[in-house]
Amino acid sequence: MTIRLSRREALVIGAAGTAFFAAGTPAFASQIDDAISAFAGDAEIMDGKVEVGAPEIAENGNSVPIEVSVDSAMEGDDMVEEIMLLADGNPNPQVATFKFSALSGEASASTRIRLAKTQNVIAVARMKDGSIHRASRAIKVTIGGCGG
Amino acid sequence: MAKIKPRVKVPKKAKAGEIVTIKSLISHPMESGQRKDKKTGETIPSDIVNSFKASFNGETVFEVDVSPAVSTNPYIEFTLKVPESGTLKFEWVSDNDGTFEAEKKITVS
Repeated sequence: MTIRLSRREALVIGAAGTAFFAAGTPAFASQIDDAISAFAGDAEIMDGKVEVGAPEIAENGNSVPIEVSVDSAMEGDDMVEEIMLLADGNPNPQVATFKFSALSGEASASTRIRLAKTQNVIAVARMKDGSIHRASRAIKVTIGGCGG
Repeated sequence: MAKIKPRVKVPKKAKAGEIVTIKSLISHPMESGQRKDKKTGETIPSDIVNSFKASFNGETVFEVDVSPAVSTNPYIEFTLKVPESGTLKFEWVSDNDGTFEAEKKITVS
């Protein structure tokens, strides 16, 4: 099937496409899924257990404080190996991956991140027993933080 | 290029087995690779601190894989369960400016 466009329609579509790229292409849902499945392997992903601490409204997307934690004894098999942090509205969903050890004492870490716009921050934790837990948190961003 | 300087906050003393909070910050622009040069319109290439590692008496405590989505002057806070007196070493690896290190002693009383 061929779609015929008038010159005017073609221009409008072209302009919309340019505007889309100028605004920075947001991460596609498939990128998030790929990142999570690469992290989780074949394990079933369970909701909860992971806590994402962040402000509900971030005035400045250039520096949003984020805390991730899992309630864990960090001893024996009850141990968190890694927590991966993703942002589904950034040009690139990857934010950071925290790797813990028995010397960590507890599974908790904080940092400051950039958020391009209002979006969900997703934390995925892998436990020593191989189980995967995920949680997400919506953060409203007043001024985006990816430059441009 | 601004001078890159790591800063860390570590308690000098702790009880054996105590869980202490460690704060670290390194001054670095964390160029995201998304910004454009206003004059030329060209994209400024990404230039970041890509990893962070803390080790206590040679044993790895905590590591972070850092992406450009981490803010300018990356701040990282984590915990350490102090087993004994020793030295906590920090290491940041950057794309273009080499490796930066810091260390602090903790005394178990």
